[in-house]
Amino acid sequence: MAGNSTEYIKHHLTNLTYGELPAGYERADGSVLSEASWTLAQSAQEAGDMGFMALHVDSLAWSIGLGALIMFLFYRAARKATTGVPSGFQNFVEVMVEFVDNTVKESFHGRNPLVAPLALTIFCWVFMMNLMDLIPVDVVPKLFELGFAAAGHDPHHAFMKIVPSTDPNITMGLSITVFALMIFYSIKVKGIGGFMGELTLHPFNVKNPFVQALFVPINFFLESIALIAKPISLALRLFGNMYAGEMIFILIALLFSAGLALGLLGGVLQWAWAVFHILVITLQAFIFMMLTIVYLSMAHEDH
Amino acid sequence: MNINLTLIGQIIAFAVFVAFCMKFVWPPLINAMQERAKKIADGLDAANRAERDLKLAQEKATSQIREAKEQAAQVIEQANKRASQIIDEAKETARQEGERLKAAAQAEIDQEVNRAKETLRTKVSTLAVAGASKILETSIDVEKHNALLDKLAEEL
Repeated sequence: MAGNSTEYIKHHLTNLTYGELPAGYERADGSVLSEASWTLAQSAQEAGDMGFMALHVDSLAWSIGLGALIMFLFYRAARKATTGVPSGFQNFVEVMVEFVDNTVKESFHGRNPLVAPLALTIFCWVFMMNLMDLIPVDVVPKLFELGFAAAGHDPHHAFMKIVPSTDPNITMGLSITVFALMIFYSIKVKGIGGFMGELTLHPFNVKNPFVQALFVPINFFLESIALIAKPISLALRLFGNMYAGEMIFILIALLFSAGLALGLLGGVLQWAWAVFHILVITLQAFIFMMLTIVYLSMAHEDH
Repeated sequence: MNINLTLIGQIIAFAVFVAFCMKFVWPPLINAMQERAKKIADGLDAANRAERDLKLAQEKATSQIREAKEQAAQVIEQANKRASQIIDEAKETARQEGERLKAAAQAEIDQEVNRAKETLRTKVSTLAVAGASKILETSIDVEKHNALLDKLAEEL
């Protein structure tokens, strides 16, 4: 049972990875590759050994699919948007747009047509990705396993993580883009000098230029850490919350295979955790959006 | 938990979605909403204006009604005045007519009296002559004494 549980958890935490394995690599099934080749990983070990040249097919597919879905729905609503009495889905979309617009107006004091659509995209997309967490952990992986087996592959290698935001690549992808925008607008608004000044003249600032020169490296060190901490904390906050939530779901799901009484308990726990998680996924999506707005607002502030 | 190409894929996808949202989703929605907000504001303005207009119209109507009432009262008063004037005139005419009739009647009466007096006088003179002739037992020459008799009648 213990080994089974470990296997189960490990299976659930492994992405469907497509990547390059080097020549001479010994696969999980014992075969040895004669030359470097692109293939689906058969185990977590293989996925790790693929290094950087690998794609998490499941994360990317779910992430892009959900993003495309929400964008399509919003696009349809936007195309049909009337100035008359709105109805149905347009109401919902307008509520979202207005909510994001108000949040941006409150927190962002520059003028930038990018920020509001960016915030809307982040909020809806992250929410959709988080929402996948509420689908019972085994449903989609099991279906995928069946399909994978039907396609003639080993069902043991059918890895499927359906919550893209439990993949640090996905959250880092978002936060690195936000970080790039921060740097870009910092330099655009304040100029290179202004940006460097911001990095080197705070927090220690003295009138005497010689003493100040001594402080520059210290300031730069401190400010660089503060700057780099922003995208990392942004990504890891979302990742950590979703990963932990997913983990709890997986642990609860273990109870289902442990008899009727524990299975029932598991059902109740799953329900309770899912209800609580509704709050978490919304909150995390909101926090991600909010911090993006705040960081970009800071990038636009000229001292 | 490996950092790999997925990161790059996600960055590209993110950039594409944001660009799409910025071009095709956000502007039409926010424009429609702003336009609607403007429409509603205009509608409320129009409603306010209409209310004000209504109040003005009501005030105008009230003042016109008051004016009309005043005019009506004036007309009635004039009519009353004219009526009493007509009545007075009619009274005056009637009085004059009455006086005229009275005068005519008086004149006729006087005339009758005179005539009666004349007749009486004639009769008296005749009677006197007859009486005198009886007294005198003489025939009096009528023609001879006619002048005397007329004179006598006149004296009566």
